[in-house]
Amino acid sequence: MKLYARRRRQSKFFLGLSYVAVAIGLGWLALILGTLFFNGFQGLSGAVFTQMTPPPGSGGGGLANAITGSLIMTALGIAIGTPVGLLAGTYMAEYGRYTKLTVLIRLINDILLSAPSIVIGLFIYQVMVVKMGHFSAIAGAMALAVIVLPVVVRATEDMLLLVPDSLREAASALGLARSIMIGKVAYRAARAGIITGVLLAIARISGETAPLLFTALNNQFFTTDLNQPMASLPTVIFQFAMSPYKEWQQLAWTGALLITLAVLALSITARALHNQGATK
Amino acid sequence: MTDLNSSAEQGDTPRPEAIRKLAGISKPHALSQTADNGNQGNTPDAEDSRGPQPAAEPGPLARMAKFNKLDHKVTIRNLNFYYDESQALKNISLPIYANKVTAFIGPSGCGKSTLLRVLNRMYDLYPKQRAEGEVLLDGVNILRREQDLNLLRARVGMVFQKPTPFPMSIRENIAFGIKLYHRLAKSELSGRVESALKQAALWDEVKDKLNTPGLSLSGGQQQRLCIARTVAIEPEVILLDEPCSALDPISTAKVEETFDELKKNYTIAIVTHNLQQAARVSDHTAFMYLGELIEFGNTALVFTTPSKEQTQNYITGRFG
Repeated sequence: MKLYARRRRQSKFFLGLSYVAVAIGLGWLALILGTLFFNGFQGLSGAVFTQMTPPPGSGGGGLANAITGSLIMTALGIAIGTPVGLLAGTYMAEYGRYTKLTVLIRLINDILLSAPSIVIGLFIYQVMVVKMGHFSAIAGAMALAVIVLPVVVRATEDMLLLVPDSLREAASALGLARSIMIGKVAYRAARAGIITGVLLAIARISGETAPLLFTALNNQFFTTDLNQPMASLPTVIFQFAMSPYKEWQQLAWTGALLITLAVLALSITARALHNQGATK
Repeated sequence: MTDLNSSAEQGDTPRPEAIRKLAGISKPHALSQTADNGNQGNTPDAEDSRGPQPAAEPGPLARMAKFNKLDHKVTIRNLNFYYDESQALKNISLPIYANKVTAFIGPSGCGKSTLLRVLNRMYDLYPKQRAEGEVLLDGVNILRREQDLNLLRARVGMVFQKPTPFPMSIRENIAFGIKLYHRLAKSELSGRVESALKQAALWDEVKDKLNTPGLSLSGGQQQRLCIARTVAIEPEVILLDEPCSALDPISTAKVEETFDELKKNYTIAIVTHNLQQAARVSDHTAFMYLGELIEFGNTALVFTTPSKEQTQNYITGRFG
């Protein structure tokens, strides 16, 4: 009985430790979100979405150019990175599953996945910005695409590998060509997971600052010209938050809130989709 | 090795309807041999092949020929199969008769599932698996390199141990395969879907919910859905790999009931661990052990008077 009592004490002790750890983890998140909401909401108004970033000290102004810039470059980055990643992941999980090449690609992809984004920014700076002679939105989108690529490759491969072989065999047993089997059966079974991966990639790049600093730079004016430097929320936040001007700092808080809300929404959607896929 | 000419021959009184069926089919001489009491069959099977397969040596054929009073749908000759280095099938030779149910029994790991997977070359999906020997489907060797695998699998369908409905609606699960091979009007497609579901004895249970996901059905229903899906593309041979091992007795009975109906139109090969099932549903039984074919013959004879001690031990439950 003494032994049992001791075990119960130990159990309570470690359960307590776990609670403390959870509280520490969630506490920071709550603090960050709290500060962000407190500071960000103050500056939230219609003007944020309609007016351009203001010159220093002028008051007023908004983030319209940065918001559009972020949307354009994120969309473009996803549009470039996703198909390539999808096809590469499909090769690895379906056609080249047993090849050495796949092992090599997987290794390189993992390195790319953990490469610091500033290095990717520098790389695109070297191969695109220097060659073109100026900063541009397309270079920014390319840098984002390079970040998207390994995320999508990984998600696609992992999700396709989760599709049971029995389903592949069943499809093949009907005489389906491999491409049809992949397109109609494997993708369908892995769809929720792959979409989740893409959503997480969007969330990841919508907050990236470093690669954009070297590529798309910033732009005080509204533009949709991909050949021009383009503003984006992260770079504007970076610039404004470091500035001594009160209005700029306020706009930086508001921009940060917007990004956080967007990423939060994406993550929750991804999670919901994932759960749905798991129960189906 | 195998005792091919023991039991099957004596026990098989060819049924009239089978003969009529055969008469309609490709091989007239198979029938004529039945007429002159079936023992003269020294014509090699390959001779009437529709494909480019050259005639093979008469050794195993002379033995095979005795079976010619029944039409061979599939003839397996000297088949060896390897998973990488380890040999899973050792020199297997046996026929699978048209419009009959052939059961493969034996303890786990004896190679019966492997054998089934050779018949539609399912093993080709994986590297380092290879088959040597000959498997003749209507006289054409399907193991030859230039065999189109998709066409082969359209002719030799397969139902697996675990039900594997595709992640789509019940209707789509069946229409999917049909649409690959035929362009049909919508009404005609619905007809085909219905007839496939009826053949698999599932129609009454799902006719009101054809648009619900196939995965929402119970295990037994899913398995019958898979049978319907296979039947829908009208293969010639249906391979069943322990189709009832994941099902309860009632579902099993329902699946078994479909076999009698199915064999009118298809040749069926079934792997089963359930000896009673083999005895109930099959016309011929092959007993395998450690990659070898120990005994093959008429089901009633294999189960009542097996010629090999190993077979007897297995079916009486002394090992396996």
